[in-house]
Amino acid sequence: MSSPRDVVITGIGLVSSLGEGPDAHWQKLAQPGLQPVLEAARFAPYTIHPLPEIDWNLQIAKRGDQRQMETWQRLGTYSAGLALDDAGIKGNDELCATMDMVVAAGGGERDEAVDAAILAASESRNDRDVLLNEKLTTELRPTLFLAQLSNLLAGNISIVHKVTGSSRTFMGEEGAGVAAVETAAARICSGQSTHVLVGGAFQTEHSDMLLGYELAGYLHRGAWKPVWQRRGGEGGGVVTGSGGAFLVLEQREHAESRGRKIYAELGPVVSGRARRRLGELDGEIAALLSQAALPDGELLAMSGASGAHAATAAEKAAFDAHPAIAARAFSTLTGHMKEAQFPFAVALAALAVDRKAAYPAFDTTVEKPFGGVPRSVLATAIGYHQFEGMGLVKAA
Amino acid sequence: MANLNDHMGRPIVAVTGIGVVTSLGVGKADNWAALTSGKSGIHPITRFPVDHLNTRISGMVDFLPSSSQGSSPLTYELAETAAREAVAEAGLDSGDFGGPLFLASPPVELDWADRFSLYNSDKHDAGAERLLRVARALKELDIFETTQFGSIADRLADSFGTRGLPITLSTACASGATAIQLGVEAIRRGECDKALSIGADGSATAEALIRFSLLSALSTHNDIPEKASKPFSKDRDGFVLAEGSGALVLESLEAALARGATILGIMRGCGEKADDFHRTRSKPDGSPAIAAVRAALADAGLGEDQIDYVNAHGTSTPENDKMEHLSLSTVFGERIGSMPISSNKSMIGHTLSAAGAVEAAFSLMTMRESVIPPTINYDNPDPAIVLDVVPNKKRNAEVGTVLSNSFGFGGQNTCLVMAREPV
Repeated sequence: MSSPRDVVITGIGLVSSLGEGPDAHWQKLAQPGLQPVLEAARFAPYTIHPLPEIDWNLQIAKRGDQRQMETWQRLGTYSAGLALDDAGIKGNDELCATMDMVVAAGGGERDEAVDAAILAASESRNDRDVLLNEKLTTELRPTLFLAQLSNLLAGNISIVHKVTGSSRTFMGEEGAGVAAVETAAARICSGQSTHVLVGGAFQTEHSDMLLGYELAGYLHRGAWKPVWQRRGGEGGGVVTGSGGAFLVLEQREHAESRGRKIYAELGPVVSGRARRRLGELDGEIAALLSQAALPDGELLAMSGASGAHAATAAEKAAFDAHPAIAARAFSTLTGHMKEAQFPFAVALAALAVDRKAAYPAFDTTVEKPFGGVPRSVLATAIGYHQFEGMGLVKAA
Repeated sequence: MANLNDHMGRPIVAVTGIGVVTSLGVGKADNWAALTSGKSGIHPITRFPVDHLNTRISGMVDFLPSSSQGSSPLTYELAETAAREAVAEAGLDSGDFGGPLFLASPPVELDWADRFSLYNSDKHDAGAERLLRVARALKELDIFETTQFGSIADRLADSFGTRGLPITLSTACASGATAIQLGVEAIRRGECDKALSIGADGSATAEALIRFSLLSALSTHNDIPEKASKPFSKDRDGFVLAEGSGALVLESLEAALARGATILGIMRGCGEKADDFHRTRSKPDGSPAIAAVRAALADAGLGEDQIDYVNAHGTSTPENDKMEHLSLSTVFGERIGSMPISSNKSMIGHTLSAAGAVEAAFSLMTMRESVIPPTINYDNPDPAIVLDVVPNKKRNAEVGTVLSNSFGFGGQNTCLVMAREPV
């Protein structure tokens, strides 16, 4: 039964190695046997899913604005623009000025050349702290700091797209994406917001972004494999991808009153923090599945599984215990997009609900076929290291 | 029987525990004594060499065990210390808090000390390639954890037994206020009856200092450190980088009264508005900051004439203090010249991600103690900024309501309205 304060999805902005926009993603992902776009040489021994060619001008009109950002912020600002366009909000001053925003963010790109030069010099110097001052004071580009600050993705979205109702940035890998969507939905349900821009971006084509995983040995090495099949392979199982995912969430009444197309309804969104060292992950995933108000019968699940061995095995075991769930681990085709992972999962779930068709198996050796029309689709993000979340996306 | 809901029918949110750490010391007692005697915590930098640096002073917290261990360990210890004080004051179980955690903390990066030690532990190839190869052979997670944006909150959640997925957030220099706002909103939505909101920042590294310095944001008045932070003065020349933490236990008034807790103050309202003008500068007409102040007043159900004191953002940068004056004089009109407005940053410097929480803690104490901390170093007033900044000496005054401002890079404007009594 619908209610005026339901949370509905009215805008989707997606970028990944597969292309940009909801239509391009749907067309690609609906093809059985789609092969991933891979880059195996640039960061060998790591394989990544690179960004597609993007004409930044299409969403970031001013060259000056583009210059103030590095790729991560451009990617997020661009994806946000796609979502706003899709929802018919872009360029509408009144809707933008009253729109709330919750961005899930990590940090931006460091200057690799400066860092490498400092590291090289450190081999022959004992006064490394002085070396640091010497190099950083003379070689850092002053405005680079702003391209690195976590909250400046949201800041750039305000500047470029004029979204100024409120601006909050959540940090913390996949959990930040989960909390961003959960908080945005809670604001709409409670009447605090009528429309919210929520999402994130991840730019993996930078050594520090790989280092963030590899300090704990999380990255997969060697030949590429689908997400569910990396156990026993060399490395930790994660293959990363560059991408962005933004959603426009809206109060049903607000969306209907301006006559917008509704992709799907969102809710409930649930989250948790298993103390994994104490073996709580299996129980936490089971608890989230029971809180997610799953419908009876066959259920499609857009899984944000990263490939990280322990977390991915736990998620797979939970699905195996629910024979009605047919999972689709989209990172097989996009790579893991960290903060953007959960918004991306929700977006793909909404597309399937809207198109009244399921995605074919992305990995036919593991994923089950799904024959029916998906009226509800589950979206998951079980963090590669910590934090868990799920959301149910339903026919509007 | 107290009214338990506010003017919009939402649960009233009370503060039942306060904790604070700044360069002035650990805990409310030491901080308050220093703050009300006009003492500065700004001092010469000793944590790292200052060769080649234009700014050689700060308000770093140098007296904790983690002070020399890097940003993540120090930020954790600052958060943990302030939260421990707040939860103890609230009389709650310090290992089983039972409500959500909202943590404002600085974005994390691999510390240079770790970069150097990883890099120099090997001799093969160079640059990022070497770092990645060394990284994947590490057997311990300690360094990894310092690079995960959610790890500090995860550890705090373990330590305090908070509920659910902890939220780590950044709204730059408004972060501490946003952490409080998120807690207030969660209670008002009925998601919980208590929340732990913390702002903590131990990220005053050489690189952080250099980054702000390259943006010309920092004071270079190195010679007399305690005089460098001079909000609203004519010769102010930038903020002083600092560290600290503030923590509040927020509870629905109903839950707090039901368990017989002491009510330390009320979070009356929160307001925010993003600025789309520029990455570091405010819109020249001040309209976003003005909108944030007005939104906070409206959320609190108070008129312009019902604010007794303003705890200013007051960073001591030429830009902030000018714009804050413009915004406040627009909202409060002629009354602005006679309202007490002081900046804690004159004594503790700018604690960045922690500032909103630290200053909310001091705002609540201002009301409880009926003493307004001064703006020190106010020897050379800016004639363009006519304000009663409570110059140089504390003032005894009954304060029933406070507006606390927080403004940050990226167009962040967040304001909190606090009150001494529920209605």
